[in-house]
Amino acid sequence: MITRRHLLETAGVGAALAISGLKFSNAEAAGAGLTPGVPDGVASYATMAKLPGKKPLIELSDRPPNYETPLEYLRTAITPNDEFFVRYHLADIPEVDAKTYKIAVGGDGANNQVEITLDDLKKMPAVEVVAVNQCSGNRRGLSKPHVQGVEWGYGAMGCARWKGARLKDILDKAGLKKEAIEIGMDGADGPTVDKTPDFIKSIPVWKAIDPNTIVAYEMNGQPLPHLHGFPARVVVSGWTGTYWVKHVTKINALTKPQGGFWMNPAYRIPLGKFPIRDRFVTQETEANTPITEIVVNSLVTSHREGAKVNPGKVTVSGLAWDGGYGIRTVQVSTDGGKTWSSATLGQDLGPYAFRAWSFDVSAKKGKNSVMVNATNNIGQAQTAGLIFNPAGYHNNVIQNLTLVA
Amino acid sequence: MRIFVVAIAAAVIALPAAAIAEQVIKLKPGLGVDKVEANCQACHSLSYIPMNSPFLNSAGWDATITKMIKAFGAPIDDADAKAIADYLKKNYGI
Repeated sequence: MITRRHLLETAGVGAALAISGLKFSNAEAAGAGLTPGVPDGVASYATMAKLPGKKPLIELSDRPPNYETPLEYLRTAITPNDEFFVRYHLADIPEVDAKTYKIAVGGDGANNQVEITLDDLKKMPAVEVVAVNQCSGNRRGLSKPHVQGVEWGYGAMGCARWKGARLKDILDKAGLKKEAIEIGMDGADGPTVDKTPDFIKSIPVWKAIDPNTIVAYEMNGQPLPHLHGFPARVVVSGWTGTYWVKHVTKINALTKPQGGFWMNPAYRIPLGKFPIRDRFVTQETEANTPITEIVVNSLVTSHREGAKVNPGKVTVSGLAWDGGYGIRTVQVSTDGGKTWSSATLGQDLGPYAFRAWSFDVSAKKGKNSVMVNATNNIGQAQTAGLIFNPAGYHNNVIQNLTLVA
Repeated sequence: MRIFVVAIAAAVIALPAAAIAEQVIKLKPGLGVDKVEANCQACHSLSYIPMNSPFLNSAGWDATITKMIKAFGAPIDDADAKAIADYLKKNYGI
């Protein structure tokens, strides 16, 4: 029983490789595709592998599925759906039937309990937002010392045009009580062992009713792919991916803080170490707070570390992004940080989007250093040194890339 | 006959999935590797072990196993937990 789908998927492997021109799909290629600095153990097993509907991605784990986007796919401000990274915590991931799909909206902080079908969602006023979805643990593999978790390099991030209904409009159908402090969210995916905590997250009410927080059913003009949360997922523009609950089935207004492993102790950052503006006060403790907005960051995507170039003009390009203030400048230094010059910025797709940039370097024979530092519209810039934290979050250390001419 | 039917059913189920090759992780041979394979894969693929190596010390692997049992509810008995800890420290630790 070879299904039509099976044939399409199999055929897709060769087609994707032919189009991309990248010679991936074996362990050697994956090794070359890994970010320098991730734990040595990753290179011992990781391969480029292909999920249904995807180009080959770096397979860090297949159950639950954790697939990283290689650098070469991050050369545009919009990341195509088939190149977008995949991240799950729990391995029971049902294919949800759109016909019977419902979101139960209620909770003790709501006046009414209502159910919303996919059709209902699509009948609500539609909004679009271009926003970066970055895993909180992106670059965890580069932590010094190493910390435990999925050992991502640079590619646990992507940027898409998300279309859906505002979470505020959904909450208005149930009616928020003034006592509501958080909005809890649960998806259809769950654990394989009953005692494993289900992945349930919450955001403060102020963030939930932000016009850029939506329940999305489209990604880059396509129905949300299964691995990105079909039929609908939460998009919390500006905040890290942990809050972007996929296959969302329950939305609860809460008068007490959401409990559970995934709110505490997971996804916590030490208080006072990062220049964070967005606070989640109902979850704060004396020691730590939930991770909130993405810190300002940039990445060279035109070249890998140690890339060989010809002497003379070399155009270096990449991406810059932050948690929703937008990018003001991207500065490049070729003299080890003594002097900095502004890169040319690409199209502005909105404050939550990747901002492409490029800069012409004059490469000399031998080794050339290229440092990149992005600054956002409130003046925040990247850090010179790693701000260590036990979960390896918020790594926005200024990159120092070597090009060899 | 019954075995034959089961074999056919397995083949039917396996074929569509064949498009997505399962990740194959060959752990280092050693005492306790069978306990690792028998317990850890219930919730996650074995890739998590080499991925998180080699940087955890003895206390780090102990803490990891405790987390899997206490925080994630992994049903691992004490004897297996010790065998798993010994194996991971020796083969994937520092």
